[in-house]
Amino acid sequence: MDTIIASLPYLVQGLKVTLYIFFFSIIIGFLIGLVVALIRLTPFKILNWIAKAFVDIIRGTPFIVQLFFIYFGVNSLEFISLDRTVAGILTVSLNAGAYFSEIIRTGIQSIDKGQAEASRSLGLSQAYTMRAVILPQAFRRMLPTITNQSIISFKDTSLLSIIGIADIVQKGKVQASATFQPFEIWLTVGVIYFVIIYLMSLLSSFVERRFELR
Amino acid sequence: MTLIQVRNLKKSFGELEVLKDINVEINEREVVCVIGPSGSGKSTFLRCLNRLEDISGGHVVIDGQDITDTKLDINKIRENVGMVFQQFNLFPHMTALQNIMLAPMKLRKSDKGEIEKKALELLRKVGLSDKAHVYPGELSGGQKQRVAIARALAMDPSIMLFDEPTSALDPEVVGDVLGVMKQLALEGMTMVVVTHEMGFAREVGDRVIFMDGGYIVEENVPEELFGNPQEVRTQSFLSKVL
Repeated sequence: MDTIIASLPYLVQGLKVTLYIFFFSIIIGFLIGLVVALIRLTPFKILNWIAKAFVDIIRGTPFIVQLFFIYFGVNSLEFISLDRTVAGILTVSLNAGAYFSEIIRTGIQSIDKGQAEASRSLGLSQAYTMRAVILPQAFRRMLPTITNQSIISFKDTSLLSIIGIADIVQKGKVQASATFQPFEIWLTVGVIYFVIIYLMSLLSSFVERRFELR
Repeated sequence: MTLIQVRNLKKSFGELEVLKDINVEINEREVVCVIGPSGSGKSTFLRCLNRLEDISGGHVVIDGQDITDTKLDINKIRENVGMVFQQFNLFPHMTALQNIMLAPMKLRKSDKGEIEKKALELLRKVGLSDKAHVYPGELSGGQKQRVAIARALAMDPSIMLFDEPTSALDPEVVGDVLGVMKQLALEGMTMVVVTHEMGFAREVGDRVIFMDGGYIVEENVPEELFGNPQEVRTQSFLSKVL
């Protein structure tokens, strides 16, 4: 117990980094997902193909390979230099973005065509119809899957310790070898992850309930 | 004055030619009912009048503007052509009042208070003043359709299109919706109504169009079309539905 209490300040330091990276990644990832989904719903062939290729590539390769490709691969090119945090956020964002785009695309497509027709028949533009009529309804339907992907992405950030980001896992490694008590340390790290993910689920069901009722 | 002019209208879905050669003129203040067997193209015809369907050939002129012209801002035309759907298509995440106010809030310059006042007025007109803050999920089918009519009227259209507005309703509420439509007709609204309600067509329609196989087979004033149909196909259809 003393070990845990003594290690907590370090672990919390790492947790801050984890949360910081997750926060930016999930926002950027969601925006990427939205843009890619909207592109895939347009009739422009080339853009469509690029968007689909992006999703296929991300889905078809492991996260760790994407991370190494961006941090070691892209960074080895002479004209570019990403620090670890940027590379980490970029990888998680792109990865989450690809999955979000599929969630958003299928969510939008699940809304009855009559909704768009009714809105367009009033003289509202396609863009406004999307924003005011389709997306609010689609978002409600997507919420459980969005939560799910967010949790997966949150856990993916733990792999960033491999490129030397000082997240909670990295701090855990240091503490485990410094204290010689890996059982206590990794248990604590696990509990911290669990509590945060549990809070995310609670938040999600709360939002879901607020929106439902109609 | 001619408000809607349709010339040689054609519409195909891939290989399937749904509208073959439609020619019709509809005057201001006229109520035209379109009847015919399912698959005759009557709903497609209606949906071409505000270009909800891309038009394959011919011309549709609404209030002097050819809507087949792709350079034309179709949204401007649609503001002037209200539409009511069989499945209501109310926005489930908005209250009745918000449904009605959505388009004017975005497209009109007037302030919110004025638009809200007008929306409440429309709700009163369709007999649902007490449902302003209710979500569509809590309304019955007939109430939903009346809200949908109010929503379609919110932009002050000069033409109203009705696509089988009572087909998805329980029999006992059909009358409420038809009553609202009749009231509109009496106020001089130009209306095109695709319907299976022969009673409504006979009573409220100024003219009835019978469609079959992608053509207008016969059109006439209701008394004549129902009382003395000229075409064999019209006779055979009417003998089945009357």
